[in-house]
Amino acid sequence: MIRVVLPHHLRTLARTGGEVTLAVAGQATQCSVLDALEDRYPVLRGTIRDHVTGQRRPMLRFFACEEDLSHEPPDAPLPGVVASGAEPFFIVGAIAGG
Amino acid sequence: MLDSEQLRKLSKEEGMSGVRVLVGTRKGAFILTSDGKRERWEVSGPHFGGWEIYHLKGSSVDPKRLYASQSSGWFGQQIQRSNDGGKTWEPVGNKFEYDGAPGPHLWYDGTPHPWEFKRVWHLEPSLTDPDTVYAGVEDAALFRSTDGGQTWQELPGLRGHGSGPKWQPGAGGMGLHTILLDPSHPERIFIAISAAGAFRTDDAGKTWRPINRGLHSLYIPNPTAEVGHCVHCIAMHGSRPNVLFMQKHWDVLRSDDAGESWHEVSGNLPTDFGFVIDVHAHEPDTLYVVPIKSASEHYVPEGKLRVYRSRTGGHEWEALTNGLPQRDCYVNVLRDAMAVDALDSCGVYFGTTGGQVYASADAGDSWTPIVRDLPAVLSVEVQTLP
Repeated sequence: MIRVVLPHHLRTLARTGGEVTLAVAGQATQCSVLDALEDRYPVLRGTIRDHVTGQRRPMLRFFACEEDLSHEPPDAPLPGVVASGAEPFFIVGAIAGG
Repeated sequence: MLDSEQLRKLSKEEGMSGVRVLVGTRKGAFILTSDGKRERWEVSGPHFGGWEIYHLKGSSVDPKRLYASQSSGWFGQQIQRSNDGGKTWEPVGNKFEYDGAPGPHLWYDGTPHPWEFKRVWHLEPSLTDPDTVYAGVEDAALFRSTDGGQTWQELPGLRGHGSGPKWQPGAGGMGLHTILLDPSHPERIFIAISAAGAFRTDDAGKTWRPINRGLHSLYIPNPTAEVGHCVHCIAMHGSRPNVLFMQKHWDVLRSDDAGESWHEVSGNLPTDFGFVIDVHAHEPDTLYVVPIKSASEHYVPEGKLRVYRSRTGGHEWEALTNGLPQRDCYVNVLRDAMAVDALDSCGVYFGTTGGQVYASADAGDSWTPIVRDLPAVLSVEVQTLP
């Protein structure tokens, strides 16, 4: 199971708690994790990735294991400790504006 | 404050109808409810706290059906729908995909720039079907849903009618902000875009043409060009839909022929820059505007918050000040932030960038703040309830 931590506004929108646990079929990548997340919470479609281009929205970042994975290829494997659920995959809103 | 049950009992005992004011702000939505006296108010919210609520509006067919545009620079666009007058909400469809390859419009510097969806500025429910609603979006385009907001389809004839590549954003973005549905011609829709101008369709959105003859804008190379004008808002009285009133960047204008031609009616206004314009519910020649100092100083002149009313369809204006701050006030009133109710004594409402929502139960003669300290107000709509 993969653990995903959502930013406050997306937790509110999805009406879920601080951490989401997802079963991901096949290799755990940014793309497969986000696919699983959006399947579980369809309201999140378009909020993390653009509906049309599929690109990460510019003011969101993906962190795990104290690393910024935002610019990794979407189909690159996530670290083994994220795939095993030992470490969470963080979706973080940029600190800007307010 | 009274709670909802107390208000309901009071309304029932006094045989009065009520009003529901829908307020969109920079940090959430608020719903203000009162009986027909409009003296005591219940305030609910923030709904969708922390999100920008550009606009909320209720269906005139089913007043319990509300739509709200919820957006965020971080998380994009959501559309929320309520079936109980705003007590509960559910997110519906948020996919706004332009029809075909969208092509470029002009950027601020005059170079081509690709069309990109950013947010929904205005939601306009159909006059006949609560499940049909129009959305005016940035970058400018008109979308329609016929399934209660679950799915959205662009009406591409507007963006594709030919002048689209010449459209340019205003300072706040290239938003389609005004949608007027003609109650006597079901296939006629008026829209306005900053900074492209006003447009009309007579075939339910298949084909469009600019309706900007008579507009004069010194900030574009050809002041009388077919498109490029920064129209801020258009208003119409439902009983007389061929008469339109416009607040342009500068100038207040009037059309008596459904937008075929316009003439200026700014008259004795202290400044004819502004954003809002609206029409009295029962007097089609009674108008309201809030003059703003200038294009670069977006606040009321002389530190005085004054609504101006014309009872002659323009030209002659009187300042309405009773109950409004007349010193040290430097707020703005944005384009969608004024509305009127339909009670016998017409109520007028507006919200400010300082977070106040003012109400007048006597057509503007006197004003009182319903709330003083909301986030900056982006939009105000009102529903008159049975």
